[in-house]
Amino acid sequence: MPKRELKLKIDELALPVGRFKGLEIEIDRIVSDDWEEPMGPTPWPSVSTFRDWDRTLLSRYKPFYMPDCDLCCLCTFGKCDLTGDKRGACGINMASQQSRIVLLACCIGASTHTAHARHMLDHLIEEFGKDAPLDVAINTNVEAPNIRLVCGIRPKTLRDLEDALDYVETQLVQLVAATHTGQEGDNIDFESKAFHAGMLDHVALEVADIEQIATLGMPKGVADTPTTDLGIGSIDPKKAVILCIGHNVLPSIDIIDYLMENDLFGEVEVGGLCCTAHDNSRYNKRAKIIGPISWQLRFIRTGIPDLVVVDEQCLRTDIIEEAKKIGAPVIATSEKSMLGLPNRTNDDPGNVVNDLVTGKIPGVLIINPRKVGEVAVKTVMKVHGNRKSFMPLTIEAISEQAKKCRNCMECVRACPNNLPIMDAVKAAANGDIEPLGALYPLCVGCGRCESACPVGFSLISFFNKGAEKKIQNEKFPIRVGRGAITDVEIREVGSPIVFGEIPGVIAMVGCANYPAGGNDVAKISEEFLNRRFIVVASGCSAMNIAMTRDEEGLNLYQKFPGNFDAGGLVNVGSCVANSHITGAAIKIANIFAKRPLRGNYEEIADYIHNRVGAVGVAWGAMSQKAASIAAGCWRLGIPVVVGPHGAKYRRMLLGRKENVENWKVFNARDGKEVYVGPVPEHLFYAAETMEEAIVMIAKLTMRPNDTNKGRAVKLSHYIDLHQKYYNTMPDDLHFYVRRLQDIPFTMRDEVTKALQDKSWVEDEIASPDPTLLDRMVRRRE
Amino acid sequence: MPGRPITGQLAEIPGPQKAQIFPSAEVAISLIKKASRPLFVIGSESINVVTADGKLVDTSIRLLKNPKITLVATGHLVAEFKKRKENRVFSMQLMNLGDRLRDPNWGGFDGKGPYDLIVFAGFPYYLEWLVLSGLKSFAMKLRTISLDRTYQPNAAWSIGYMIEKEWKEVIEQIVKTLEEGG
Repeated sequence: MPKRELKLKIDELALPVGRFKGLEIEIDRIVSDDWEEPMGPTPWPSVSTFRDWDRTLLSRYKPFYMPDCDLCCLCTFGKCDLTGDKRGACGINMASQQSRIVLLACCIGASTHTAHARHMLDHLIEEFGKDAPLDVAINTNVEAPNIRLVCGIRPKTLRDLEDALDYVETQLVQLVAATHTGQEGDNIDFESKAFHAGMLDHVALEVADIEQIATLGMPKGVADTPTTDLGIGSIDPKKAVILCIGHNVLPSIDIIDYLMENDLFGEVEVGGLCCTAHDNSRYNKRAKIIGPISWQLRFIRTGIPDLVVVDEQCLRTDIIEEAKKIGAPVIATSEKSMLGLPNRTNDDPGNVVNDLVTGKIPGVLIINPRKVGEVAVKTVMKVHGNRKSFMPLTIEAISEQAKKCRNCMECVRACPNNLPIMDAVKAAANGDIEPLGALYPLCVGCGRCESACPVGFSLISFFNKGAEKKIQNEKFPIRVGRGAITDVEIREVGSPIVFGEIPGVIAMVGCANYPAGGNDVAKISEEFLNRRFIVVASGCSAMNIAMTRDEEGLNLYQKFPGNFDAGGLVNVGSCVANSHITGAAIKIANIFAKRPLRGNYEEIADYIHNRVGAVGVAWGAMSQKAASIAAGCWRLGIPVVVGPHGAKYRRMLLGRKENVENWKVFNARDGKEVYVGPVPEHLFYAAETMEEAIVMIAKLTMRPNDTNKGRAVKLSHYIDLHQKYYNTMPDDLHFYVRRLQDIPFTMRDEVTKALQDKSWVEDEIASPDPTLLDRMVRRRE
Repeated sequence: MPGRPITGQLAEIPGPQKAQIFPSAEVAISLIKKASRPLFVIGSESINVVTADGKLVDTSIRLLKNPKITLVATGHLVAEFKKRKENRVFSMQLMNLGDRLRDPNWGGFDGKGPYDLIVFAGFPYYLEWLVLSGLKSFAMKLRTISLDRTYQPNAAWSIGYMIEKEWKEVIEQIVKTLEEGG
């Protein structure tokens, strides 16, 4: 990447060849390339570099648009009605508009991760210098698979990460520009750009995570990371409590450092919500994880936090109002989320603390993380025990208020899941608060019910009261995020994954917008862990996985080991650690299959799509960041399953299994185009129910490259799960059984009968050396 | 009858083209009767929706007495039909179904060609909204009906919002007429 590092200006230079006046020489970045791997075909790809690859995928997985809105109101020509075959004033139609919104979502998500990575990088370079080495994971040479693959560089120091981010930022601007009125008009080109945004996102994610691992002492790919406590019940309210919310760990790190340096951890509790909590615990296991992002309102309403520190992403933008209700001051720490607070970065810490403690101001903006550490700790120790404005609700008070319910149903209609809130309030009016408590585990914590209530009930607080005992017992162990999957692990599992003997890698990722509570995430995970799949987890999902116990009181982190192997439950960490999941898939192609990685995206994506049975699951996907993370998987050919709310991303990428022409690949051995069956069937899919999702996930692990044994293992899980949850045999086995050896031995009779019913013919489905890239054909007959 | 144009969720504001509300159960019955290949799509919420027969899933089984009607269960709902010893119901996940319904060349479950009327019931509100929206814009010739208890503006026709008792009566009237071959 061009960066001027040397500028030479000579007023006058006399040489044997002549005399030069006003000579200026500028040298861009001096690169010493000692990487023996030759550069691949596509380093630093532009928006159009992988257009053909994207179109190949999108011709197989066609977009199914479900407009969340029939209008476009992005320019002053509008609003334009795009319903059906109408066009807007700029000429855009509904399909293009929907894909444009998808692209916008992916750009927002990728920009958010990129800005996060950039902010941290600037800070870490200031702290540790540009030459700080990137020692990221034990037993690992491929330290940054996404960066190597996309950019064609092998980052060794923080400085090298600047190059990767420079590239991502440049590309993102191009993508956002494409969404302007009167630019892109074709929906498939919009989709391709969304894929590009996703690919860039995983580069930014990787930068963000490896820079913090390398410099902040976070776990480096070890399986048995320390355990910390998770849940509201893990917080000791007798201590002064700092609540850290968001994703950018830097200010929280300085809070922890300040506590350690001053030996104050015995008096102060640091608890986090969302990914900051993950990364706090990766930094120091004494930091606790309170829960996923949707716990914001419910935890603040307990009245426990004495101070709220927010950094960035997925914050409640009304956090100051909420904190005021319990008398807790707020410290904002990011330029991205300044919340209207006065900037006190350059003020004397003592004065800032005084203003916060006395309530003179509800909060402050402090951009300097180190100062945040000092101000936060000093403030919380003075605020604790002296807050007067918080009055916990009593059952009697709730009952009394509930009698004023107008039966208008607005709370139910405001709830994303139409929970029976009004019925619960009516029960409370009669003194029964159990129905309110029953809503607690189902509530996504958005607070829309309160906004809608004409009487002004604090319904989230009502739910809290109803579930008071449950909340007090909400304390679970969780292994802290481990970061990358090591090269050694990849070497050991590469073969069984590619040949299908480890039936799949299931990545449980994303936010907490669940249709029926977070326990579903744990149930999905357990189903696959018991079947010896590898389950990788991150973000809010990694937290919700911890929040169930079996009859012996154990949760999944206690029951399953943390190594990347069959039956392993791998918590990689926060959202930015999702890069290690795609990174693992990339490393399988590189380390196990010896495919060149450097600037060689298409070939690696083709390999992953045809061989690596990985499936992303974002059961509670909510944010634009989740969209861009998913988009990064799509371009690598990794299918993603979302919960029903994920349909609001307004576009699925669906295969049609019955269309034979869609499921042909080249056989790299002879160049022939052959039918391999609909594997994987979809690229982006919203399931209506958890049970549907489980069966679909199992099916989506199948790949053309599966050996007979591998396919039999995968089919056995698919059939067994179908029987368990649908109470029937699948009716599409004839698409997936290639020959008799594929049939699971213990299911031979019933599968054979099912195949006979469909007039199945052996070997109609081929088992080639599969590729979607013509150029990968080694020999032609 | 008729129901009111009150959506199941507050922010789900109808677009410029929105569903008509049935003025009476008879009009709904008449529309369904006129269709040559009606498909009833029963969603996962039908195990929670209470009807005169117990749950909506039970009521929907009665429709199978009418030979013209095809019934498909989405999600994993087919298991509920199997529990009730009902094997004539097809099973297809909602996304897969929506994708096929927009395809005028899809042959349907029996291979005899596309359906001309799609009747939805028993879904999470927002999910039905989205799929109906997809069909409204990308399967413009397809007629769609929502029998759920709140207004679904992206259908061609919707029962609209009714109090539970009225809705049960309307559903009973519709199902009774259809099962009797009317």
